[in-house]
Amino acid sequence: MKKNACLIPLYVWTAVFVLFPLAIVIYFAFTRAGGTGFEFSLEGFSRLADPMYLGVVLKSFKIAIISTLVCILCGYPAAYILARSRSRAKFIIVILMLLPMWMNFLLRTYSWLSILENTGIINTVLASLGLPKVRFLYNEGAVILGTVYNYLPFMIMPIYITLLKLDESHLEAAADLGANPFQAFLRVTLPFSVPGILSGVSMVFVPSVTTFVISQLMGGGKVPLIGDVIEQQFRVVNDWHFGSALSVVIMVIVLIFMHFINRGDVESGTGNGGRILR
Amino acid sequence: MKKLSKCYIGLVLAFLYAPIGVLMVFSFNASKSRANWQGFTLDWYRQLFSNDALMSSLYTTLLCGFLAALIATIIGSMAAYGLAKNKGKKSTLVLSVAYIPMLNAEIVTGVSLMLLFTLMGLDLGFFTMLLSHITFCIPYVILAVLPKARQLDWSLYDAAQDLGCTPTQSFWRIMFPELLPGVFTGFLLSLTMSIDDFIISFFTTGNGVSNLSISIYTMAKRGIKPEINALSTIMFAAILIILIVANVSAAKKDHNKSKRSMRI
Repeated sequence: MKKNACLIPLYVWTAVFVLFPLAIVIYFAFTRAGGTGFEFSLEGFSRLADPMYLGVVLKSFKIAIISTLVCILCGYPAAYILARSRSRAKFIIVILMLLPMWMNFLLRTYSWLSILENTGIINTVLASLGLPKVRFLYNEGAVILGTVYNYLPFMIMPIYITLLKLDESHLEAAADLGANPFQAFLRVTLPFSVPGILSGVSMVFVPSVTTFVISQLMGGGKVPLIGDVIEQQFRVVNDWHFGSALSVVIMVIVLIFMHFINRGDVESGTGNGGRILR
Repeated sequence: MKKLSKCYIGLVLAFLYAPIGVLMVFSFNASKSRANWQGFTLDWYRQLFSNDALMSSLYTTLLCGFLAALIATIIGSMAAYGLAKNKGKKSTLVLSVAYIPMLNAEIVTGVSLMLLFTLMGLDLGFFTMLLSHITFCIPYVILAVLPKARQLDWSLYDAAQDLGCTPTQSFWRIMFPELLPGVFTGFLLSLTMSIDDFIISFFTTGNGVSNLSISIYTMAKRGIKPEINALSTIMFAAILIILIVANVSAAKKDHNKSKRSMRI
């Protein structure tokens, strides 16, 4: 088998189903429907200045950033504990953390509703204890919870894999040189795990900033995000130009992110779980 | 400290499994309510099999997943093999383009494919959904096969030909078996991604063709039927059993191997 011939199907497929469609999106983003056909326009982008849409974009960023931070704060200790543990159960726990991904994410997210809704499990328990009901759902907090729930394993795994590669002797050396465990963590472990954190961030941030399902289920449509607006433009309003402009904005965000993550990866030479960048 | 660590891991697992547990328990609930327990029943499991809409979306999901994984595995494995000897700038460029569907936001991939199909005049349906699934599965196959392809020992390939193999024979008899574990992983990864996909399918299907994710999404607006909980409990249990069996047989194989090597 000729090696270059092996690449032909990939080239053809990528050209037709990846590059060409993206070119169409970019074309629509920079045009509008004129009298005789499409004409060049930046209208799609200028509409983003509309306070309503600007608010949506900012809120998407806010929710994605908070979710990513919560994932780091909750995921890092878990990854650290697992990586340092010598217990035989640790591989089972790692598998257990990945296992929920095999159950449909819509159903898992929807299931939170039965736990949190006004007549849900927590509120039923509260009521039976004579406590007042709490409104958990249909606000930003609920959307953040849904996002963290869905993407937490994507943060834990790359950090865990990076920390597994940390040579214990570095920590011993740090201790010999007079560092207390906290200093050793801050100066040795934490910098070592940065590539893992970065790839975790890319795996959590990109889907969180573009989600429209979690915001619809957990936010009950009261917390619209960029993803919701794009979905509306294509499925309801049929304004392909504005929808494409928003998609281009998202692509630029992804590119900026990938640039930073890629650099971190190349420098350290460490790979990551799930999405390995070369 | 040790105890604290264990508690923390337990807490994380509890967080991850709480909704799954609730879903499974309520698939046995006698009432339609998703929060009040009214007694045990297997009714939803019985009704599941007579629910044509659900059964047909299960069929669509599995057929699409299987076909997409198969075609993506062929294209992706060939590409990984083609890139095996190539580590230069060209391969970096090819890979960064090939990985776009994996790295890009799913909604952008979905929207761009929808525009493509609409402009091409294709009716959105099973075929367009299949094409989209193949597109986003290919990078995962390359990801799985490439490390194996880069470890190939090319002198074996030459040796096989010196001993009278045609190039085709030496590929299938010598190289392909080395790639096989990666190919298999790539296939399973693709199947998983395809079965779980919602966003890209949502934009690229139409005409009443829906996979499980889309059926669930449509239902979520009107209230989820307990049958779907029953279905996902069955699917989750099936995956769990497959994983356990795979791990046990892998452990057995390792065990046998170490026994054999000790004998030698």
